[in-house]
Amino acid sequence: MSIRVIEEKCNGCRLCVRACPFGEISVEEKLAVIGDGCTLCGACVPACKFGAIEIEVERAKKIDLSQYSGVWIVAEQRRGKLQSVTFELLGVGKELAGRRASELSAILMGHRMAAAAGELIAGGADSVYLIDSPEFEHYQDEPYSRVLSRLINKWKPEIVLAGATAIGRSLIPRVAVMVRTGLTADCTGLSIGDDGHLLQTRPAFGGNIMATILTPRHRPQMATVRHKVMKAAPPDPARQGNVINVEVKESDRFTRAKVVDLVEEKEKTVNIAEADLIVSGGRGLQAPENFALLEELALALGGAIGASRAAVDAGWIPYSHQVGQTGKTVQPKLYIACGISGAIQHLVGMQTSDVIVAINKDPYAPIFQVATYGIVGDLFEVIPLLVNKLRRR
Amino acid sequence: MQIIVCIKQVPDTTNIKINPETNTLIREGVECIVNPFDMYAIEEAIRLKERCGGKITALTMGPPQAESALREALSLGVDEAVLISNRAFAGSDTWATSFTLASAIRKIGHYDIILCGKQAIDGDTAQVGPGVAAHLNIPQITFVKKIEEVTDRSIRAERMMEEGFQILESPLPVLLTVVKEINEPRLPSLRGKMKARKADIPVWGPEDIDVGGDQIGLNGSPTYVAKIFAPERKGSGKIFRGDAEEAVDQLIHELRSGKLI
Ligand SMILES: Cc1cc2nc3c(=O)[nH]c(=O)nc-3n(C[C@H](O)[C@H](O)[C@H](O)COP(=O)(O)OP(=O)(O)OC[C@H]3O[C@@H](n4cnc5c(N)ncnc54)[C@H](O)[C@@H]3O)c2cc1C
Ligand SMILES: Nc1ncnc2c1ncn2[C@@H]1O[C@H](COP(=O)(O)O)[C@@H](O)[C@H]1O
Repeated sequence: MSIRVIEEKCNGCRLCVRACPFGEISVEEKLAVIGDGCTLCGACVPACKFGAIEIEVERAKKIDLSQYSGVWIVAEQRRGKLQSVTFELLGVGKELAGRRASELSAILMGHRMAAAAGELIAGGADSVYLIDSPEFEHYQDEPYSRVLSRLINKWKPEIVLAGATAIGRSLIPRVAVMVRTGLTADCTGLSIGDDGHLLQTRPAFGGNIMATILTPRHRPQMATVRHKVMKAAPPDPARQGNVINVEVKESDRFTRAKVVDLVEEKEKTVNIAEADLIVSGGRGLQAPENFALLEELALALGGAIGASRAAVDAGWIPYSHQVGQTGKTVQPKLYIACGISGAIQHLVGMQTSDVIVAINKDPYAPIFQVATYGIVGDLFEVIPLLVNKLRRR
Repeated sequence: MQIIVCIKQVPDTTNIKINPETNTLIREGVECIVNPFDMYAIEEAIRLKERCGGKITALTMGPPQAESALREALSLGVDEAVLISNRAFAGSDTWATSFTLASAIRKIGHYDIILCGKQAIDGDTAQVGPGVAAHLNIPQITFVKKIEEVTDRSIRAERMMEEGFQILESPLPVLLTVVKEINEPRLPSLRGKMKARKADIPVWGPEDIDVGGDQIGLNGSPTYVAKIFAPERKGSGKIFRGDAEEAVDQLIHELRSGKLI
């Protein structure tokens, strides 16, 4: 497999140079030259009006795609409680199954989970594969990945989705390797293309670009899905479905890495990744005590507190509040950035929020480029005004 | 203790810009750095070696210029480095990348702990680490924020979860992916830099690690990038200047009519 410029056809017109997302093509002496960093993404091939670029792919042996049908979602439970991302997966899974005229199933692993199986059916599942055994009470990579791979190989679903959570992002990559198929991480958009393939859209390069990814020759098509992007369907307790009890074999229980303890840090770590409204502060707050201002605003609005790395590094607020590349990725309905300049490392953690408000005294601060609404002004004047007016309503 | 660190060279996202006309990345003049999460993996490898002795090998798959990432690792205290590089590896997705890395690790032979970063900041997938563990059929502990204990047979580590952390124990060999909280990376020493400059870095191609055909590069990759485009910018939003009181009123009005508050 390789990429090749057909010299007789290339006239050095540079169309490919402009089309290359990676800046890896240059024109030397009227001939396109492909750089070593070429990822074979293929963007240049259709861009060339002269058919001068060719990517040869020796097609791997064909898998009979028609053997595969049905949409599966991997239900996530913690301490026996189904996580909200599971219902979002059911919501999007139902849509995809509808488009493929197939069924939606949920895979549920845990201990004493019969009631949860009912919740999954109410949430949209046509059937639930239930793996119910003490060894499956807590998530463990090896038993979970072994059982899920076996079920996939046996039942051949066309699509398998899981949450892009700590659990999902540990389990699913292992399974994708075991069943030898493609996996797209952290999707924010899923749809079915005209040819029946799953179109998986996700941010890359820290949210600077979006990519739509296909798994054309392998099945199942697997993806992890970002939390709070898909819509859960309202539960319907009258829905009927069947629960398939999966037999747990002795060998399924085997694990080398063992969970020996779970430590919850609820009080300490407000999980800002879950919040619908975040008020965030940066270096512009000037001192730790000024976070009290933000807290008032957060209280008036019923939101959580976020921070830039500058504020965290200054020790004004704990790291668990940090938003950005080395902090958390958040996606609330409303994100209010106060005294934050909007460095790219901060933006990548919050720019997919539905609505962004920026309060900054520097009209040229980059945060205004991603803001839906902005106030150019001194936060020490603006925030108290906001708090007062919000309280008065 | 034989330690392997997988590192990736990535463009520094600080400087990435999108060409608004073509919706493509402008890479000109963009510096390449060692993936920041991999710097924590390198640091943790060095700390493990300081505790238990042994040897650290850094591994990267990438274009020839990725060699500089390996030299940076060597300057920090890594003992040996291997570059996996060949046009045949181009276009690898996470399946093919983890397969290739796992094959190289098998060739290295003896390994007790494999360290990866949590994720690479270009692809942001976090899939390669668990993928390597699956190919090698060894246990994994992802998102490690602390290694509590390590012996020549086993390890005990804390895995970061959304609501707190899990404590896991695993026999060796094991693969760990590490998060930022695990340590504070050191700077290279002058001696380290000298050593790194002179070090020999072997380059392995497909024959060297016995791979090929439909397992590597674009052919070996089940996924295929169909389209790349710029995200919708929220920007050119409404910016209120001037009188603060007026601005605040307008903002509240907008947020209320959007049913956001
Ligand atoms: C590898 C790497 C990873 C990083 N990861 C992250 C990350 O995860 N998250 C993150 O946030 N950063 C991260 N950073 C740091 C990032 O580059 C910026 O340094 C940081 O985001 C700046 O924080 P800030 O906006 O609070 O501070 P500044 O850039 O100093 O901005 C302060 C802003 O406040 C405004 N201001 C000051 N006073 C007032 C006032 N009275 N009223 C109104 N506005 C005022 C100023 O105009 C200015 O725009 C990372 C950097 C690197 C190199
Ligand atoms: N080409 C590569 N060479 C070496 N290590 C890699 C490569 N790609 C990914 N890794 C490792 O896998 C981790 C996760 O990467 P990713 O799955 O791409 O987000 C990185 O932090 C590296 O430790």
